[in-house]
Amino acid sequence: MEKGNRTTADPVIKVEGLTVRYGDNTVLDGVDFEVYPGEIFVIMGGSGCGKSTLLKHVIGIETPAEGKIWLNGTDTALLDDSELRRLHMGIGMLFQSSALFGSMTIGENVALPLTEFTALPMKDITSIVRMKLGMVELAGYDNHYPAELSGGMKKRAGIARAMALEPAMLFLDEPSAGLDPVTSAELDLLIRKLNEGTGTTMVIVTHELETIFNISHRIIMLDRDAKGIIAEGDPRVLRTSSQDARVTDFFNRRVTKKKHEGMTT
Amino acid sequence: MPGTTKHSIETADDGVVTLSLSGRMDLERFGELTPLISTIFDSYAPSRLNVDMAGIDYIDSSGALFIVKLEDEARARSVAFTLSGLSREKMGILSLIDREALAKPSLAPRERRLNLIEQLGNASIIAVKDMYDIVSFGGELIYEIGHSVRHLRKVRWGDVVTYMKKVGVDGLPIVGLISFLLGLIMAFMSSLQLKQFGANVYVASLVAVAMVRELGPIMTAIIVAGRSGSAFAAEIGTMRVNEEVDALATMGFSPMRFLSIPKVIASLVTVPVLTIFASIFAIMGGLIVGVVGLNLTIFTYIQQTMKAISIFDIVSGLVKSFVFAAAISAVGCQRGFKVRGGAEAVGNATTSAVVTSIFLIIVIDSTFAIILHYIHWA
Repeated sequence: MEKGNRTTADPVIKVEGLTVRYGDNTVLDGVDFEVYPGEIFVIMGGSGCGKSTLLKHVIGIETPAEGKIWLNGTDTALLDDSELRRLHMGIGMLFQSSALFGSMTIGENVALPLTEFTALPMKDITSIVRMKLGMVELAGYDNHYPAELSGGMKKRAGIARAMALEPAMLFLDEPSAGLDPVTSAELDLLIRKLNEGTGTTMVIVTHELETIFNISHRIIMLDRDAKGIIAEGDPRVLRTSSQDARVTDFFNRRVTKKKHEGMTT
Repeated sequence: MPGTTKHSIETADDGVVTLSLSGRMDLERFGELTPLISTIFDSYAPSRLNVDMAGIDYIDSSGALFIVKLEDEARARSVAFTLSGLSREKMGILSLIDREALAKPSLAPRERRLNLIEQLGNASIIAVKDMYDIVSFGGELIYEIGHSVRHLRKVRWGDVVTYMKKVGVDGLPIVGLISFLLGLIMAFMSSLQLKQFGANVYVASLVAVAMVRELGPIMTAIIVAGRSGSAFAAEIGTMRVNEEVDALATMGFSPMRFLSIPKVIASLVTVPVLTIFASIFAIMGGLIVGVVGLNLTIFTYIQQTMKAISIFDIVSGLVKSFVFAAAISAVGCQRGFKVRGGAEAVGNATTSAVVTSIFLIIVIDSTFAIILHYIHWA
């Protein structure tokens, strides 16, 4: 599973001292982490711990109160709008709801970034779209509308669209949300297959333990009260050998009294 | 991204062609690569094709797609194909390409364009079905109103007040402004003509009669359809999309009673009131033109206005606006309940609520014109 020289390569994502505040409410306080090329990196934690918030800041949809984020070695704070848009073309994002455009067919959804951002002739775009849909096992569904697909198929179509421009990084927000265990496991396998085949770095936000143990190379665990990272590393190791009760409780689905009290706030 | 794909083609005497590729093979280069396929097979007609990829630094799935297409073309022309020089790591990307997927036909063929007669037929079916839906919804609504009248305490009066504020109070500024300007314009335009005959004072009658009998109720109804009918459709439509309507039903509520009745009652009360305001504002607009432009006194203008309109005009205008209110709120709710699907369907329901309401307003108004004509002269 370990990809040998990972730690010696330059990180594709580097986050330093990221602090997020909404009014007086500090959600994240001084978060640091690095993601290396080609790994499947999971951001995990309980509900409301700031997982999705962290993701939105990393991809630059929101601006942090403090801290720095480097994507591919570029400090995102120094980029102007057009440079940031160029950077966005190099990253793909799968949204929780898939966010496919309902008025377009699946094929048109995948083709959209290609027609907008490349100069390829329509014939080539069509064959790339077919190839991408084949990659996510949706061959033949190009003329279907999103409303005609199941939840799992929508997610896969979302991945095909996110990967249309061959991004170096793919961000996935709760990919297994709303899917049955089998579909969810299939999606996990697909994510791993794409990661191994294309070498795309995958950053996944999830609290699905199944996904975490099956496909992640490395995780960070966020905690709501700590407002930051409480554990980092291989989940299989952390599960058994972490000294932190919050970490082992999460991995082993143990309910503690304190958690219950925390949930009422 | 920097770097390009370089290629060189070598031919041997026995028809063996070697294509050497180096550099980056990615999406940006895909457009340059695809013409190579026809070049190789048409210009060189190889008996055997060797592809040497030892110089490739980077290959993504579109690069891999090119290789697969090259191989497929070779197979189709019965040309032997070999691939060499690709590291195991980079071979991984080739395994991602699903050859069957590339050739697989679309499962759902694109919708065929209908011809004119089919379109006409379709539109008629939709129109008839729509009419049926509105009538049956109207029937259900009347039943529910009857039920509410018998169980007055069960009506959600809090909601009724909220919607009265939304439809009436919040709508007053725009209704007032438009009516005022309408009165002003009518008085001004008519004064230009009436002045020639020295009939200045009849500007007051013209504005009063036109507003109280026709334009007041119609303008108010159209504004309410745009402001509130659309809002009703969007609100109920969004609740349908979010399964809130289903939740109400499973909890044992009648969604119709719960959601429609407060909106309908609020509209029935506020639209006639708004209509009264509309007429008053328009008369004020006319008054300004009369006083400033036609040298009438305020007293004369008001006296002439009072003389021109009868109680019958006022009452018939109000009855009309009452019926408009029923139509607008019913159509708004009905379009909302009809929503199936997602955000787009909500948008369609909103548009359709406004368009249908305005259409019904005109139809109702014409009907009233005929009925009132006979009542008045009977």
